[in-house]
Order: sequence, then C-alpha cells, then structure tokens
Amino acid sequence: MRKQLKKFAQFTALSSLLVLSACGGDQAAGDKEEQSGGGTVKADIGVISYISGPGAAYGEAITNGLKLAQEEINSKGEVEINLVIEDSAGKQDQALTAAQKLMNSENVTGIIGPTLSTEMNVVGPEADLNGVPIMGTSTTAEGIPQIGDYVFRNSLPEALAIPAAIDKAIEKYDAKKVAILYGNDDVFTKSGFDTMKKAAEEKGLEILTIETFQKGQSDYNAQLTKIKGLNPDLILASALYNEGAVIMDQARKMGIDVPFVGGNGFNSPEVINIAGDAANGLIVATPWYGEKEDEKVQDFVSKYEEEYSKKPDQFAAQAYDALYIMAEALKNAGEADRDALRDALAEVQGFNGILGEFSFDKEGDVVMDPTVLVIEDGAFKVFE
Amino acid sequence: MLIEQLINGITLGSIYAIVALGFTLVFGVLGIINMAHGEIFMFGAFIGVVVTATFKGPLWLAFLAAILVTAAMGYMLERFALRPLRSKQGVSHLAPLISTIGVSILLENLSHHLFGPGNHPFRASFAEISFQIGSITVYLVQIVIFIISVLLMYALSFWLGKTKAGKALRATAENLETASLLGVDVKRTITMTVIIASAMGGIAGILVGMAFNSVTPQMGLSIGLKGLAIIILGGMGNVKGAMAGGLILGLAETFVVVYGNSGYKDAIAFVAIIVILLIRPQGLFGQKISA
Repeated sequence: MRKQLKKFAQFTALSSLLVLSACGGDQAAGDKEEQSGGGTVKADIGVISYISGPGAAYGEAITNGLKLAQEEINSKGEVEINLVIEDSAGKQDQALTAAQKLMNSENVTGIIGPTLSTEMNVVGPEADLNGVPIMGTSTTAEGIPQIGDYVFRNSLPEALAIPAAIDKAIEKYDAKKVAILYGNDDVFTKSGFDTMKKAAEEKGLEILTIETFQKGQSDYNAQLTKIKGLNPDLILASALYNEGAVIMDQARKMGIDVPFVGGNGFNSPEVINIAGDAANGLIVATPWYGEKEDEKVQDFVSKYEEEYSKKPDQFAAQAYDALYIMAEALKNAGEADRDALRDALAEVQGFNGILGEFSFDKEGDVVMDPTVLVIEDGAFKVFE
Repeated sequence: MLIEQLINGITLGSIYAIVALGFTLVFGVLGIINMAHGEIFMFGAFIGVVVTATFKGPLWLAFLAAILVTAAMGYMLERFALRPLRSKQGVSHLAPLISTIGVSILLENLSHHLFGPGNHPFRASFAEISFQIGSITVYLVQIVIFIISVLLMYALSFWLGKTKAGKALRATAENLETASLLGVDVKRTITMTVIIASAMGGIAGILVGMAFNSVTPQMGLSIGLKGLAIIILGGMGNVKGAMAGGLILGLAETFVVVYGNSGYKDAIAFVAIIVILLIRPQGLFGQKISA
C-alpha cells in the first residue's frame, strides 16, 4: 500500500512538472509570435459573467455584446483577443473561484466582469492584489473603482444616473411627495436606494414611505396598497427589471398611475415585454439609447439583431464598448502585459464608443453624460 | 385600504394553503417531505403561461393541461425517485428527502432550459376582471383563488374521511405493511396520493400566475419552503391545519407590511410561527404524540 502511494506521489510530481514545462513552452512560443506578428497584440481576456440562474439574461446580453466586439476587433487585425468565458451564476463564491482560475492562467491579461456589484466586491480586491486589470461592464454600485488601482468600470454609476432621472421627473411633473420601493437583499438595488434617498432629500422631496421587497418575490400587493393609500406624486423604485416589471404591472392594475423612476437595472426592453402597457411611465437615465441617430449605434444594433435576433440592451452595449476600450488599451500598451494594460487603461480619454464619449477619471470611474428616457406607448423615448 | 390589505392577505394565504395541502398529503401518507413540490408548482405555472401566451389557448385548457402535466410529473416522481427507495432494505429514512431535492434541482434547471430565464407574463383576460366597491378594487381572480382553496380543502377532507379510497389511504398512512396485508393496494394508493398532490401544486401554480402575473423558474423554491413551514405550523399531515396555517402566514406577511416595516416581512411571519410552535409543538391542528 505504502509503496503504491509513493509511486503515486512520484507520478503526480512528475506529471505536474511535465505540465508546468509544457505551459512554459507555450508561453515562450506565444511571446515569439507576438513579436513576429508585426504589431498585432495577442491577448486572452477573461470574462466572468452571470450565465446561469435567475439573472442569466444579463449574462447572455453581456457575452453576446463581447463576442460581437471580439469578431470586429479581431478582423481589424491590430489586436487579437481571445475570450475565456466563465460562469459566476450570480454568486459571490462562484465568481471568486472563476476569477482565481482566470488570474492563475498566465495568458489572461485582463478580466471583464463580473456582472453584479455584489460579485465585484469580492472579486475586485482579489484582482487588485494579484495585479490583474479588471473592468466591470454592469457594476454600477457606489465605490467599485475605488477598490483599487486595477479596478475599472465603464458602466454609468447609479450616483450619476439616478439624480439625472429624478431631476427631469421633478421638473416635468412638479413632484413634491415620493414613495420609495427597493430590493433590500442585493448590493445593487440597495446602493440604488441609498442614491435615491440622498437625491430625494437634496431636492427637498417629502418621502412618504420606504418599502422593501426581496429578489424573486411575486406578490407586491401589500406594499403597493400601502403606497396607493399615501398618494405619492412619484414612485422611486430601485429594482432589477424582473421584479420591477411585475411591480409596475401590479401597481397599474391596482390603479396607481403615477410615473416610476428606476435605476439602471430597471432599464431593459424586457420591462415592456413583461409588463406590456403597464410599463408606460417608467423613467430611467441610461448611457445607452438604441434609437440614437448615430452611425456607430445603428450599425451595432443591426449587427446584433442579425446575429442574435433580438434588440441589444444596455448590458450588451456596455460590454461591447468595454471590449473596445480593452482593445484600445492593449494597442496602446503594445504588449499583452498586465501592468502595461492597467497603465494604458488608466490613460483612456475621450474614447468614442456606442455609448457616447467616454473617459476614466483618476479612480477608474466613468465620466460621461446620461440620457433620460421614458417608456411611452410601449417604447423607450427621450424624456423631455 | 385596510379591507384591500385583508383581501391581499387572504389571496396570498389561500395560495400558500393550496401549496401546503399538497405537501401535507404526501407527508401524511408517506412521511416524506416532498422538496420537489415547489418545482412541480412552478411547472404548473409555466404550462399555464405556455398555453395562454404562446398558443393563445383558453384558460380552462390551461388548467386542464397544467393538471395533466403536473399529475404526470407526480407519477414520474413516485415511479423513479420514491418507489425504488421504498422497496430496498436498509435505505436511510432521509433518502427520499434527498432524492426529492435532486428532482427539484433537475426541474428548476429543466424549466430554465425549456422556458428561458427571467419573468414570464401571464396574459389571461380573466385576470383583468375586477369590480369596484367604494374605493376598493377587487379582482375576480382573488375571489376565485380563495374559493378554490376552500373547495380543495373540503374535497380533500371528504375524500380522506368518507370515501373508500380515502380510508385505504389513511390505513396506508397508519402502517404500510398492515394495510397491504388487509388487501389495500398500497402501491396504487401511494401513487394516487403523489399524483393528486402534484396536480394540486399545478393548480396553485396557475392561480399564482394569474394573480401576480409573474412566473419564473425560481418561484418554486421560496414557496416550497413556505409550504413546509405552513404544514409544521398547522400540524404535519393535517388538511385543515394546512389551510389555517396558510392563511395565518399570508395575513401575517401582509399586515407586517401595513403596520410595520416591509423589510421584516418574512422575519416576523416566521417568528410568529416559532412562537405558535413553542406554545403548541404539535402544530395548531396536530395531535399530541403519546409516547
């Protein structure tokens, strides 16, 4: 028995050595290719996305957007990106495992993802510690880029988007009293709520009540009946679209017809699919507007529709731009090196993507102007 | 406003009660906590969505299809996940619990692939019918849900108490071997029970879809756990207890929102259950087990 064990140990030691040396060989070969490729930077970009579970629609949109961008970038020939996609299932532990797997792979130069701010809160510090540049495309909660020097995002933070939407809504409806409704078991919707509350207080709005709900709940009648009795001018709802759409549906059925102001997660064409006419009157601020008369935007929309036979949402658009920003930074860095990529990313200024003009500030956070949209007659329109 | 909230609470409670009835039936006979019940309930809701939204079928067809599909799923559950464990020697009494958990995970992922993630709206014109009493809006669906839950409770009580099949079922619940020696077709009785419980889950699924217009692959888990809490509250295996427990939980959850903080909705509802169980450990309608 002992002999066998010894043999086994020898075997594993030997085989791991072999694997290691094989890796080394690959690496060397890769380096050579890079140099001889005449300026083509080859890099693996890790992707951590919410591909299975209740929010799988986000992951689907994000990976679709990334794949579309990858195709275009690679066909241009300046940068060659290979995507290594991992599933986080929307769970912190799984996101961390996926991130560690990617970070331990020598070839992965940078990471895009994870999808949720909750996940980024555990993955971000780890990536920063290991010196791997990481960019969130949908992490809009407070404090994400402040995690560290290697953490970036190209998603418009709630702290910029929500006040813009509230401002416009107050102006139009002369609102004085608001009710707030939010999901209290998610970092994202909770942080959206904090921003809403702060914005409402700053604008001198009277907050009639603050109600909460949980992810995946199906009955909101109790909270809505209470809100209805208080007669608010506006309802501020920090919800993801799945819950948000059902909330609007139940509210309209109950006879609540005041406008809703939502955060980023509420901003999806799915709201209209789920809630139908009940979705009318939802106001959101967004970096992404698919109807914009811009060649780049329309190009992206038609390509996306052709490939995946549905309209791209904000998450697909942000992911698409994120990979372009990565490619731009890789090109400027000139090599597939993690530190060089970080420095190049930090220097991205005035990047012109489908979301508009984009820059990173000193902390790696977003500088851009949001567009405020409202749902009218079953479609998103610019809110004036 | 108070009356509207009362109606909200009763509607929610009635749905909980129907789910709990299915739980309690299987527990009463087999002594098994069927963790797949919530997922069968979810499938019932999805069948409703598919019939009404995808095929534009009438509502009665949706009910029929949901009952048929969930009944078939109940049969498969019994045949493949429960029966093989029953006939074997030396199988742990926890084994059926684990196998039903397996089935629930399988069903959740299956529905994810079949129907897609996210929320699916339930478009039935029946769900839109409402009438106004003063300032109160009452939906016909809410009344129908309550009536169906009461009807199901009485039908089950009658069936268990007054019919021959019900007697056979109770005998089986008492002692499997003795019942089989006395000429009860135990295999058939058990299969029937699981099928009926599953079909009830399917009915509850459609009702939830209509009332809340929200159907997701994940809806089974939370309602399944609540169903479990309700049968413990009402007394394991007790039909009236399931009904009462469901209504108590539904009303408690609603009124926590009305008078308190909606953040504590689930917490307070479950604290209420703990308190009731401290006073009556056997559940509201359960019998004391004499040692």
